[in-house]
Amino acid sequence: MAGQIPKPVVDSDSKPYWDGLNNHELMIQHCDDCSKHIFYPRLLCPHCFSDQISWTQASGQGKIYSYTVVHRAFGPFADQAPYVVAIVELAEGVRMMTRITGNREDIAIGKPVTVTFEKVDDDLTLPYFKLV
Amino acid sequence: MKSERIAAIVGVAESDLGLVPGKNVLQLQAQAAKAALDDAGFTKDDVDALFTAGNWAWAPNLMLGEYLGIKPKFTDGTNIGGSSFESHVGHALAGIRAGLFDVALITYGSTQRSNPARGAAVPFAPLTEQYERSFGLPMTVGAYALAAMRHMHQYGTTSEQLAEIAVATRKWAMKNEKAMMREPIEIEDVLKSRMIAEPLHLLDCCLVTDGGGAVVVASARAAARAKKRPVWILGHGETHTHNSIANMPDLTMTGARESGRCAFEMAGVTHDEIDVAEIYDSFTITVLLTLEALGFCKPGEGGAFVSGQRTAPGGAFPMNTNGGGLSYTHPGMYGIFLLIEAARQLRGESGERQVPDAKLALVNGTGGVLSSTSTVILGRD
Ligand SMILES: [Zn+2]
Repeated sequence: MAGQIPKPVVDSDSKPYWDGLNNHELMIQHCDDCSKHIFYPRLLCPHCFSDQISWTQASGQGKIYSYTVVHRAFGPFADQAPYVVAIVELAEGVRMMTRITGNREDIAIGKPVTVTFEKVDDDLTLPYFKLV
Repeated sequence: MKSERIAAIVGVAESDLGLVPGKNVLQLQAQAAKAALDDAGFTKDDVDALFTAGNWAWAPNLMLGEYLGIKPKFTDGTNIGGSSFESHVGHALAGIRAGLFDVALITYGSTQRSNPARGAAVPFAPLTEQYERSFGLPMTVGAYALAAMRHMHQYGTTSEQLAEIAVATRKWAMKNEKAMMREPIEIEDVLKSRMIAEPLHLLDCCLVTDGGGAVVVASARAAARAKKRPVWILGHGETHTHNSIANMPDLTMTGARESGRCAFEMAGVTHDEIDVAEIYDSFTITVLLTLEALGFCKPGEGGAFVSGQRTAPGGAFPMNTNGGGLSYTHPGMYGIFLLIEAARQLRGESGERQVPDAKLALVNGTGGVLSSTSTVILGRD
């Protein structure tokens, strides 16, 4: 691999999220006022502006909203191509960027997926998804 | 048309374009600014408002103003990506309407071809970038690929339909001596070009060039003493809907629905009255999504709308008449070149590629990853 992949700069918005992934839990936020789920984590609810926010463990189930197979990649990712980057919509209603692992031929928009935990190093685990 | 004649584009110019290794971003902007002021018949001392967008300095307006010797009484460095310059035109109209200044100079310059930063290792992902950067989506093509894939899934849009846009745009470029790519291409050539991020091929993607441009906007009072006839700014609208592609509310619908609606309402014109359209074409999918969002066709009908070379020279919908970002030039933030071409079309200066008797032009900039849109409607007397 040509160099290190970009590392998240963990802050007080994101620490419970990254800590959760290290413990193989996908943690997202929930608004106590409007009851919507929130991703990525933030100080207030982007739907109703409430600051009554709590953390909850997501089911880890979702479906593929869109994806692309990357053939031309740059920098630290150049040697990994081809690979699949996707936007997954979780059962809780929020969307997140991720990688889909497994056979590329089987991947399609709308298919159900479940979270996996891809350990990069002792400090960083990324949420990937695989077809159910 | 119900709109008032408040402000007009009176001068436009490009700098050197393509591969320009000998010039820095300030030189490119100075070259374009001088040529655009000459085009207007104005001098530097006429300028009392300065607009630029870029990331080549901590505060680009400060460095540019100093370099050009301009001390503006109104300054605006709005940077929302490639659509920034359509917003600058809208903001200039608002400032002139408020009586704050008379002559605005808008410039852009980039040396991204000669000094590529792409692929350079940026080891840390701060703030909201931390949730995405580690997955290796190539920017910005990967984000547009995600949108294209979703549009294909939802509406059955095909790679052939996207290729129609690239082929038609190349036909316009063949009529523009300043265009970088002037060899004819067929739909097959697009489909056989190297896959970059599925479903986008190399020829679905814009060029990577150096270059700069400048636009001079004047109040009606100042425009009266300009050398060229005014290109009136009749309508403007802008919005941004998200920053990263995972947060785009609907991957098939851009903010041009809102910015376009605002611009049409302000201008008091209808879609049928538009004679020529200059639509930001970072990728073929950008154009298709924008045509739908602006309401030139219904959601999902963009593929059919561009088929049969309808946007090519001689087609029913003349679009991207300079050859676009796909074939003419694309120095990173392309929006200023849309304005330059629209103004030339309305002045009847586009030579071999002139759309006959063009009176009304629509310009739509798109920035980021379909993040921002800014729409301008221009018209001549
Ligand atoms: Zn809420």
